[in-house]
Amino acid sequence: MTTLIEFRNVSRVYGQGEAEVRALDGVDLKVDRGEFVAIMGPSGSGKSTAMNIIGCLDRPTGGQYLFDGTPVEHLSPDARALLRRHYLGFVFQGFNLLARTSALENVELPLIYKGLPRADREAKARAALAKVGLQGREGHHPSQLSGGQQQRVAIARALAGDPMVILADEPTGNLDTQRSHEIMGLLKELNRDEGITIVMVTHEADIAAHARRLVVFTDGRITRDEPAEGAVA
Amino acid sequence: MIAEAFRLAARSIIRNKLRSFLTILGIVIGVAAVIAMVTVGQGSSQQVSASVEAMGSDVLVLRPGRREFGPPGAGGRARPFTLRDAEALALLPEVGALAPIVTSSQTVIAGNANAATQITGSTPDWLGVTNWSLAAGRNFTPAEDNAGLAVCLLGQTVRQTLFGDADPVGQTVRIKSIACQVVGLLAPKGAGSFGQDQDDVVAMPIRLLQRRLAGDTDVSTIQIKVAGGVSVQEASSAIQQVMRERRRLSIDKDDDFSLTDMKEIATMLNSVNSVLSGLLSSVAAVSLLVGGIGIMNIMLVSVTERTREIGIRLAVGASARQVLTQFLVESVALSLLGGIIGILVGLAMAGVASRFMAIPFVADPMVILGAFGFSALVGVIFGYFPARRAARMDPIEALRHQ
Repeated sequence: MTTLIEFRNVSRVYGQGEAEVRALDGVDLKVDRGEFVAIMGPSGSGKSTAMNIIGCLDRPTGGQYLFDGTPVEHLSPDARALLRRHYLGFVFQGFNLLARTSALENVELPLIYKGLPRADREAKARAALAKVGLQGREGHHPSQLSGGQQQRVAIARALAGDPMVILADEPTGNLDTQRSHEIMGLLKELNRDEGITIVMVTHEADIAAHARRLVVFTDGRITRDEPAEGAVA
Repeated sequence: MIAEAFRLAARSIIRNKLRSFLTILGIVIGVAAVIAMVTVGQGSSQQVSASVEAMGSDVLVLRPGRREFGPPGAGGRARPFTLRDAEALALLPEVGALAPIVTSSQTVIAGNANAATQITGSTPDWLGVTNWSLAAGRNFTPAEDNAGLAVCLLGQTVRQTLFGDADPVGQTVRIKSIACQVVGLLAPKGAGSFGQDQDDVVAMPIRLLQRRLAGDTDVSTIQIKVAGGVSVQEASSAIQQVMRERRRLSIDKDDDFSLTDMKEIATMLNSVNSVLSGLLSSVAAVSLLVGGIGIMNIMLVSVTERTREIGIRLAVGASARQVLTQFLVESVALSLLGGIIGILVGLAMAGVASRFMAIPFVADPMVILGAFGFSALVGVIFGYFPARRAARMDPIEALRHQ
């Protein structure tokens, strides 16, 4: 298995001097292609910061971050935007769909920036919505969809860009137990059938159990890194 | 990408109809003002050249008093001319034809109808010098002029007031104590350079007017047509020399009369025109500036409101440049929309104004194109700052924004 995400002694420091906060403090982490990793940890443990750095939304202040073997910590904002556009897909706790915009157009969004012609965009977006079980709801606006459906649209949006990695930040945080497990089932399916690497932040153990590997952050360091229960099942 | 941005912009403008409309109002007013101003200005300067054309560019107007501009009759206190001056000038080889003119404001009565109008007293050559013709009847003859017989020519406006559409030739009108026989009807001439109605006139032999209405032998203006093959300058200097001699002006004295050619009058009118439209255009420019600031303001609000949307776009891979383009296109779309509406409103206003002022309606495509381009420019200039703010957002912060 090839390494897709690699942190080498990564740290992220906010503020200076007295007010200095070390959100990440010399983290080493390797995620291989095709893995399904759950990241857990209390608030302020650095898990969200790690997610932002993996997602190229933020940059480490120290150490090296290699994505698919290429160091990316010194890339410009636009170069990081290109990385996100072509290799990464995001799923957020709050869904983050564009309001007053149809599900189909929401899913098309990353494809616009990829520069796909309109017809291709629509075909791809429809296929992605079908994959998450939302065929027939292409024209619905987020406000006309349930929370679970909205999160499916968000997953379809992440999927439409053909990403190598899907980064899910508390994807079930706003959903009830049944919808949560449905969403996890969908993510597992994508990981298994499409070979998409998934890194997910959660604070619920039963959600983390769906992953195959569990990484726990405490005070900016990794304190546990072990196979999750899902790896057994 | 640009097409996509335009689609998005159109959608966001339509979504906030009232806000969009209020936002572009400043641009609409500014552009409409410029378009209306320039269009009316061009129409009126075309009108001026047309009326100069009608008068003939070889016509000189001699007035007593220092050189000054203004409507006829605004002359100073200097000694008036007499018919002898006109006769002397007529002998000059440089002079083709001339018409001494006296005017008097009087009420003309026919039956129950009366019309307050301008009476022009002149010689039979007046029609030729002023490029005027008759619609009916005949001109008065030199003999009638010399004898000061009570005959007259009616302008179209006076004829309408007194006789309606009926033929006035052969009728008698009363002006003060004169019972005057109408021998001819003047052809319609329309509005003059100052917008006055040139058809609101009654013409009669100059001697009749002098004796029976004015009670003196003064001549207030002499209109001179330069002889063929002679330049206006040559004729001017010959006329000036004769007049200086006749008015016994010593070398150290300035002329106490003025000689104006039509070209000069046209230049003067046009310069008044351009000063006026320049002044109004600068007011319009201020309005455009204010309109631009309005667009900037609303775009800033819009960027703040859509922080989360910007975060989402950045997360899914939009570059800063693409976000910048999107917001820039939106502000340009707004200001262009304002520009287009402004152009239409301005043209409509100019159309109405032209009709009221009886001037031709001249829509200059260059001006319209210019207004279009300028409103786009306003959008770019005032949209750039808000768009840059959007493009420079930190995606993490933007996504966290509630």
